[in-house]
Amino acid sequence: MKIPLSWIREFSPIPQDISLEDLENAFVNVGFEVEGIDLQGRDLTGPLVVARVESIEELTGNKKAIRYVGLDCGEGSNRFVICGATNFVVGDLVVAALPGAVLPGDFAISARETYGKTSNGMICSARELRISEEHSGIIVLPADCAKIGANAIELLEISDVVVDVAVNPDRGYALSIRGLARELAASLGLKYSDPAQKVNTAEFAINTKGIQVAVEDKTALSIVYIRTISDFNASAVTPLWMSRRIEKCGMRSISLAVDITNYVMLELGQPLHAFDAMKIDTSLIMRRAGSTKTIKTLDNQERKLNSDDLVVADKSTALALAGVMGGATSEVTGKTTQIALEAARFDPITIAKSSRRHKLSSEASRRLERGVDPSLAEISSARAIALMIELGGAKYVGSSSSGEPKYAPIVSFDPNFVSKYLGTEVSLSEVEEKLKIVGCDVAKKSTTNWEIDPPSWRADLLLAPDLVEEVARMIGYERIPSTLPTGKSGTGLTPMQYRKRSVANFLAGNGFSEVYNYPFVNPDFVSQLGFVGDRAKSFRLANPMSEEFPDLRTHLLPGLLLTAVRNQGRGAKGIALFEIGSVFRNTEKLEAQNVVGTDRVPNEATKAKIYKSVPNQPLHVGAVVAGKLGSDGWNGKAQDFTWVEAIGFARAIIEETGNVSTTSSSDFAPWHPGRCAELKVDGKAVAHAGELHPRVIAELGLPERSCAFVVVLSALGFPETKKLQTLITMPAAIQDIALVVDGSVSSSTLEAALRAGAGDLLESITLFDRYDKLGDGKVSLAFTMVFRAPDRTLTAEEVSEHREAAAASALKVCGAVVRA
Amino acid sequence: MTLNVADVTGSVKSALLAISEAKDLAELKIVKTEHLGDKSALSKASQALGKLAADNRAELGKIVGSARAEVTAVFEAKLKELEIVRDLKVLSEERVDVSLPASNLPKGGLHPLTILTNEISDLFIGLGYRVAEGPELEAEWLNFDALNIPADHPARTMQDTFFIEPLESRLVLRTHTSPVQIRTMLENKPPIYVICPGRTYRADELDATHTPVFSQVEGLVIDRGITMADLKGTLDYFAQSIFGSDVKTRLRPSFFPFTEPSAEVDFFFNGRWIEWGGCGMVNPKVLEVCGIDTSEFSGFAFGMGLERTLMVRHGITDMHDIVEGDIRFTRSFGIGGR
Repeated sequence: MKIPLSWIREFSPIPQDISLEDLENAFVNVGFEVEGIDLQGRDLTGPLVVARVESIEELTGNKKAIRYVGLDCGEGSNRFVICGATNFVVGDLVVAALPGAVLPGDFAISARETYGKTSNGMICSARELRISEEHSGIIVLPADCAKIGANAIELLEISDVVVDVAVNPDRGYALSIRGLARELAASLGLKYSDPAQKVNTAEFAINTKGIQVAVEDKTALSIVYIRTISDFNASAVTPLWMSRRIEKCGMRSISLAVDITNYVMLELGQPLHAFDAMKIDTSLIMRRAGSTKTIKTLDNQERKLNSDDLVVADKSTALALAGVMGGATSEVTGKTTQIALEAARFDPITIAKSSRRHKLSSEASRRLERGVDPSLAEISSARAIALMIELGGAKYVGSSSSGEPKYAPIVSFDPNFVSKYLGTEVSLSEVEEKLKIVGCDVAKKSTTNWEIDPPSWRADLLLAPDLVEEVARMIGYERIPSTLPTGKSGTGLTPMQYRKRSVANFLAGNGFSEVYNYPFVNPDFVSQLGFVGDRAKSFRLANPMSEEFPDLRTHLLPGLLLTAVRNQGRGAKGIALFEIGSVFRNTEKLEAQNVVGTDRVPNEATKAKIYKSVPNQPLHVGAVVAGKLGSDGWNGKAQDFTWVEAIGFARAIIEETGNVSTTSSSDFAPWHPGRCAELKVDGKAVAHAGELHPRVIAELGLPERSCAFVVVLSALGFPETKKLQTLITMPAAIQDIALVVDGSVSSSTLEAALRAGAGDLLESITLFDRYDKLGDGKVSLAFTMVFRAPDRTLTAEEVSEHREAAAASALKVCGAVVRA
Repeated sequence: MTLNVADVTGSVKSALLAISEAKDLAELKIVKTEHLGDKSALSKASQALGKLAADNRAELGKIVGSARAEVTAVFEAKLKELEIVRDLKVLSEERVDVSLPASNLPKGGLHPLTILTNEISDLFIGLGYRVAEGPELEAEWLNFDALNIPADHPARTMQDTFFIEPLESRLVLRTHTSPVQIRTMLENKPPIYVICPGRTYRADELDATHTPVFSQVEGLVIDRGITMADLKGTLDYFAQSIFGSDVKTRLRPSFFPFTEPSAEVDFFFNGRWIEWGGCGMVNPKVLEVCGIDTSEFSGFAFGMGLERTLMVRHGITDMHDIVEGDIRFTRSFGIGGR
C-alpha cells in the first residue's frame, strides 16, 4: 500500500528530518517490507502557479489539436502558451509552469517559438508533475480553490514522501493509514492517535428511515450498516486535499461521493460502497446469488454469477457483487442526490472465493479477504456520511444495521512463555507494555495467567505464539540471541541417498555432465519418440507455463535429448549428459479426493488415503551421449561411444548398487530396435541401454549413432552387505578357450554355460575376442578363464580337466565347438 | 708358452691404459674382448698356468689371479661410469614437452545444485539431522491444508501453484518441500531433526532471477524447549558454513501461515543484506494436526532457495545458466572438489 507521510503525520508526529533509511528500517523492524519510497516533488522547482484561462485560440492545420491559450497568472498582463490538451474552457483554473521552472525528468521550461507562436510557459498535466499517471488532459483545478498566481506546489501538496509498504496477508488492518500509522508510531516509539476514535457515531443513530437492510445468509457477514443521505450536491467537486491524498495512495479521483468512500477506506481500512438510493427498490438484502444469473458491474462487464456469490440485492435484483465490485445499475452518477452507503464486515473466505471466481481483485476485496476490523462498519460509514454532509451539502436521512460485530476471543496467556519461546529474557513489564502498544487489553490474573483481549482489528491473535510474535516485533528481533541445538535422531544418509550420490559421482567422474531439466514435456514430441503404453501416460497440468509443454515427463529422455540438442546448437561436441530425477506416470485412474479437515490429527485410514492419492514417482537415472565421451587430441583420437559402452555403463550402475543383472535384446523406443539391451534384475526390467533409433537421431540432428541409457534406481533392491572371502594368494592358472557358435547364441548365454561347466575353482571369465567372419552365420568367441584353488597350486592336468568340462558344457548348452 | 711376471704386469698395464682410454660403451666392449676376453693375454696366462709345475703354479696363479681381479675391477668401474654417461645422454634425448595437453580424458561434472545439496546435507548430518525426501507431485492437503493454508486463504495465492488435471484429484506440484516436513511429523515421534532438500514448483516465468522449477532446502526441528534463539543459532551456523565464517544474519518479522512468530532471514554478504529465506517457530496448529503435543514440544522451521544461494555464492548472474543444462556450466564445477 502506498502511503503519504503527510497523512501519517496527522496521527503520529513522525519527525520532519527522519532519514529514508530510518524510515525504511522502522517499517522493516515491525514486519513490513518497503517496496519503494517516492520523494514526490524532489525534482520539481517553480515557478508553478495557479492560472485562469482567459482565451483560447484553436490553431488549425496541425496533425493534432493545438491551442494558443491566454492565461492570467496574476502578473498583471496575460501570458500566452501553446497547449495540446483540450479538456478545459475559458474560466478554468489550471496549473502553469513558467519559464525558469524545472519539471521532473529535468524538463526545463523556457519561452520558445512553436507553431508560429511564442509559448511563454506550459499548462501541466498530472503526469508531467509526476503526481499521478493521469495524462489524458491537463489539470483543471476546482473553481475558487486558490487565488490566481498562487504557488501550485503548495496548493497541490506536491512535496511529500510516499512509502510503498508490502502488507502480509495476516495484517489486513495495515492496509490503511490508521494501521500503518500505528505500526510506524510503535516502531519509532512515538505517540499515536487513532482516527477511528475521532469519529462521532452518536449523531447518526439507527432508525427506520432511509434504506433498510436485512441479512439473509448470516454466515457471509457479521455486521452491516446502511446509511442514507439526501440532498447531496451532485456537482460538488472533491477538495484538493482529499483528491491529492487519494492520488498519492495510487488511486484516482473520480467524483466527490466515490472519492469520499475511497478516502475513508484508505484512512480506516473499511471498504464502503455508495448506491444511488433512488435506484434501490425498497430495501437491501445481503444474500447469495442463488437463482440470480448475472450482474453488470461498475466496469460495465456483464458477469455470470455463481449461485454461491454473495450479492447486495434489492427487492428485484442483485445490485452489487458484495465486497468485490458495485453494479452499474445503482452506480452513483453525476445526477445522484440520494445515497445509501454500505459498510459490512464480510466473511473473508466468501469474498476471497467471489474475487477468485470472477478474477476480480479490487481495493475492497483485497482488504475484505484479509479481514477488516468489525468495529469499523459503524465508524467508517459514519465518517463517510459526515464528509458527504460537510463537503456535499447532504442531509442525514437514517441508518439501518443488521448483525453484531464479532471480535477475537480473550486469550489466556502465561507471560513467562515469551522468554521461554524466544530464548531470551523479556521482563513481564516489557511484555505488558508491548502488548498494550499493539492494542491489547491486559488483565493480570496472576503472574502466570494473564487474560489478553486483542484489539478489534486483530482477529489473528488467537494463540500464545501469536502474542509472542507481537512482543518480539516490538522489542525487535535483533534481541533474539543465537544458540545451536544438535539433533538426537541422526542416522546419516539413507541407502537411497548414498545410491544417488555414488551414481552421480560415478557418471560425473567418467565424463558425464549432470543436468536438471524441467519435467514439462510436449506430448507430440513424446509420441514422436515412440513412447507407448505406460510410458506415454502423462499427467497434464491444469495451468501449464506454456501450452507447448503441458505434460509431466514419463521418462528422462525427452528432456535429455532436447538439452543435448541445445548444447549442440551452442557448438558443443562430445555431449554426454545425465540426469537423476523423478518421472510421473499416470497409470492408475485418479480418484476425486474428499476435503480433509485440519481440526484434528487424521486417523490412520485417512492418512493412508492421502498417501495413496499421491502417485508413485519412480527415480530414474538417464544419460545421452551424442558423439564421443572424450575429445580427440594431438596424441590420438578418443574412443567411440557406442551401444557397447552405453550398455556397459547401465550395467556398471546396477552393479554399483550391489545388484546383478542379465542382459537381453529389446525392441524399445526410442532406441534402435536391434541395438537396445534390456537389463533385468530378478526377472524385472530395470534398465534400457544402447544406440538411439536412427530416425530419432536424424530428426533431432544429433550425431549418428548417439546412445542413451536409463536405469530405474528406485526399482533396484538393496542387497545385504556383501561378505567377502579372504583373498586367495595361491598362483592362478590361466586358460584361453575359443568357441564357434551359431550367431543366434548370445555371448552371455555362452559365458554362463562355460561358467557352469568350469566348476568352483573358476575365478573369472572374460570375453577377449569376437570374430564374425567365419561364414554360415557362425561366430567365434574367445574367453580367458582364470582358475585358482585356495590351498594349492593347480596342476596342469587339473586345469585342463576344468577347461574340458567347461567346453563340454558349452557344447551341450549352446552347441559350441572348440575352435581348432 | 712361457709365463713370466713381467708379461703379466705388462698385460695389466696395457689393459688399464686401454680401459682408461675407452670413450664409450662400444669402445669399452672392444677393450673387454681384447683384454679380458678368451683370447686376451690375461686369459692366455691363466690357461698357461695349467701347464706349469705345481710349485710354480701356486705362486704365479696368485699373481695372474690378482692381475685379472685388478683389471676386472677397473673395467667394472669404467663400465658404470660410461653407462651413466650414456644414460644421461639418452634421457636428455628423450626429453618431451610436458606442457602439451596432458590428456583427453572425458570431462564431466556434477550440477552445482547437487554439490550444494550434498554439502548442506553433510553439514546438517554433522549436527545430528536426517535428510528427508518426498514426492514432487503431492497431495494438496500435505502441501497446503496441513500447513495451515486453507483453501481460499489469501496465503495460497502467495504461491502460484501448478495443479494437476482433474482438479478433484487434489494433486499439485509441491510449492515447497514443507509437505515432507508434514509427512515426517505424521510418521515420526519427536525429537525430530531433519532437513528436506528437493525440487519445488511455482508458476513464475523463467527470467534472470526466477524459474518455475527450483530447489529448496528446508529444516525442521521439534524437541523439548526449542526456542527462537535456537532457530537463529542454526541459521547463523548454516550461513557461516555456506558463505564464510564472518557472515552475519538478521531476522525480520514476516508472515507464513505455518510459523508463528515468522521471520525472513537475510545475510550480510559483500557489503549488503541479501534475502535468503523464510523461517519461524512452527505454528501450534501445524504441530497439532500432525499429532505433536504442543504442551511438551516446540519447534522451528526454515526454508531457502538453493538457486539463489548458488547465485550469491558463485556470482551467477543469470538463472538461465542454472536451468539450461549447458555442459560448460556443469563442467566448471567438476565433481565438487573445487
